[in-house]
Amino acid sequence: MTTLEKVSTRGDGSTGRSELILRDRPPLARAVHATRRSGLKYTILVLALAVSVFPFYWMYVVASNSNAVMSQFPPRVVPGPNFLTNARLAVEGVPFGTALLNSFVVASAITVSVLFFSTMAGFAFAKMRFRGRGGLFTFVLGTMLVPQQLGLIPLFILMGYFGWVGDLRAVIVPSLVTAFGVFWMRQVVAGSVPDELLEAARMDGCSIFGIVRHVVWPSVAPGAAVLGLYTFLFAWNDFLWPLVVLGNEPSSHTIQIALRTLSDTYYVNYSMVMAGTLLSVVPLMIVFVLFSRQMVAGAMDGALKG
Amino acid sequence: MSETSKALVGSATDDERTQRRPKKRRQASHGPAHEESWAPYLFISPFFILFAIFGVFTLLYTFWVSLHDWSLLGGMNAFVGLDNYTRLLDDPRFFKATVNTFSMLLLSTVPQMIMALILAEILNDRLLRGSHLFRSGLLVPNITSVVAIAIVFQSLFARQNGLINAVIQLLGFEPLNWHAGRLSSHLAIASMVNWQFTGFNTLIFLAALQAIPLSYYEAAQIDGASRIQRFSRISVPLLRPAILFAVVLSVIGQLQLFAQPMLFGAGAGSTSGGNDNQYLTILLYLYGQAFQQPFRFGYSAAIAWMLVLMSAAAAALVFGINALLDRRENRAERRYSKARARSQEVAR
Repeated sequence: MTTLEKVSTRGDGSTGRSELILRDRPPLARAVHATRRSGLKYTILVLALAVSVFPFYWMYVVASNSNAVMSQFPPRVVPGPNFLTNARLAVEGVPFGTALLNSFVVASAITVSVLFFSTMAGFAFAKMRFRGRGGLFTFVLGTMLVPQQLGLIPLFILMGYFGWVGDLRAVIVPSLVTAFGVFWMRQVVAGSVPDELLEAARMDGCSIFGIVRHVVWPSVAPGAAVLGLYTFLFAWNDFLWPLVVLGNEPSSHTIQIALRTLSDTYYVNYSMVMAGTLLSVVPLMIVFVLFSRQMVAGAMDGALKG
Repeated sequence: MSETSKALVGSATDDERTQRRPKKRRQASHGPAHEESWAPYLFISPFFILFAIFGVFTLLYTFWVSLHDWSLLGGMNAFVGLDNYTRLLDDPRFFKATVNTFSMLLLSTVPQMIMALILAEILNDRLLRGSHLFRSGLLVPNITSVVAIAIVFQSLFARQNGLINAVIQLLGFEPLNWHAGRLSSHLAIASMVNWQFTGFNTLIFLAALQAIPLSYYEAAQIDGASRIQRFSRISVPLLRPAILFAVVLSVIGQLQLFAQPMLFGAGAGSTSGGNDNQYLTILLYLYGQAFQQPFRFGYSAAIAWMLVLMSAAAAALVFGINALLDRRENRAERRYSKARARSQEVAR
């Protein structure tokens, strides 16, 4: 009965309080009211932004001061002059250059392969008719819920059997194509490759591979680029599996493992460790600054697609 | 061991082929590719082959390993049945790691979702200035590696010379030994997770918010709903699918918390998660058992399967809560429409 009453009072279009207030207030008061509210908004946002960025600033503060300076109380909160010294120590402390190169090789190989295979599979799921399409695609989505980290032990045994322990292939091969990539590219192909174009290519006697090369690839490039960026980042940042399978082979260490070695070995020298950490973050920051629009749009698209 | 793996890998690929053959013949559709009916199967096969080897096979093989007394050095010893599992249930360290993992899971997921909802609501404003700056700024933590994050936060939370303790001291309080306490170490580790993922979830929620028609808000405003009411009565209920998605992702991810607790403890190869295992997590325990002395593969394979079961249970719980909320909403809706029908009758 109470619901009924509530509904009827609301339902007859009776005006609420704020509408009256808005109408009755003079324009200036309304503007002040609005500014005060948006002032709070911006304060919260700027605070959140500061929290997001502060650790990077702090990285640089620690990395550019000497360890002795950072042990004083209260600590220094502004950058000092020692960044290059600390960075050199870090680069000499662990095989930093090799690790960067390894990470680059791993992340590039995975990215190229994921883009290639995911586009093929995404094209098949989006535009081709075949038996079991719906079921197989649902299956692909379902596999995303299986935590990959849990196959660690048999994966290690398997790599031992292949002779790939300590070899970069052990990190690359399991990630050659991902469920997320297939899912993403299916949505991209469905949204950006017009059926008419496929028909036309078909009429002109284009083979299926020709269609993929001349019609699908050019149309999906922007969506594929976003997938490529994220794939590269994930591969670059991956830690557990590379640690397990490459951990005992320093010449194959990726940057994340080198970083852990650095922090484990020299943990008393914060400034040096932090200089190394900063160096490892810089390549990502460059990528991010260049492509931040695509990456923000990608994260938001991903949510809608999901 | 090698023979088993070979056989399983072989059979997986064989399955793929036998599945493909009969379908090829029956296929007679009118898609753009009707001549090459094998093409779609060729295109999707890489994923399925890879998943057969590195997904299905590894999980089943994990189970097989978990039934044995199996070590890296000694190889497969004896079939012990479910012994590893019963030992695991009596293992106080496993129990502690489980409690720790769930504690950090709650400490990271709950505040993260609340903060992300609020930030998304604020960002969902077409007139907001600098919105790209805020969005990309919030996403930066998400693209940073966990190793780098853990190293920085480890230094921020350091007992001596840590910035957070310095601030506490300047405010006139006693500095805290963040690593030593159970709750304090969980808070420190959860703060890394929160820092990394709040922005990402904000963008997920923002995308979902932008899909809500503006007219809903305008109608509510005309009816006199306050800003907070509009947030809690319109935004949050309509965001439920997005929240569900984010929570499931977060739960599955945080059950596998590893790098943060590992790097939080300073010193070489610290897989103990603190002197008293106060921040040991399940995956860290698994790693320590399998890949460090005594290299107990069988035992840690059992841990892996427990983790699979826990992930499934946790996901089921989240989906269950969602279904419950759905039911309640439907009931409320039905009551509402019944009431409206009745009020219309009365009016007539």
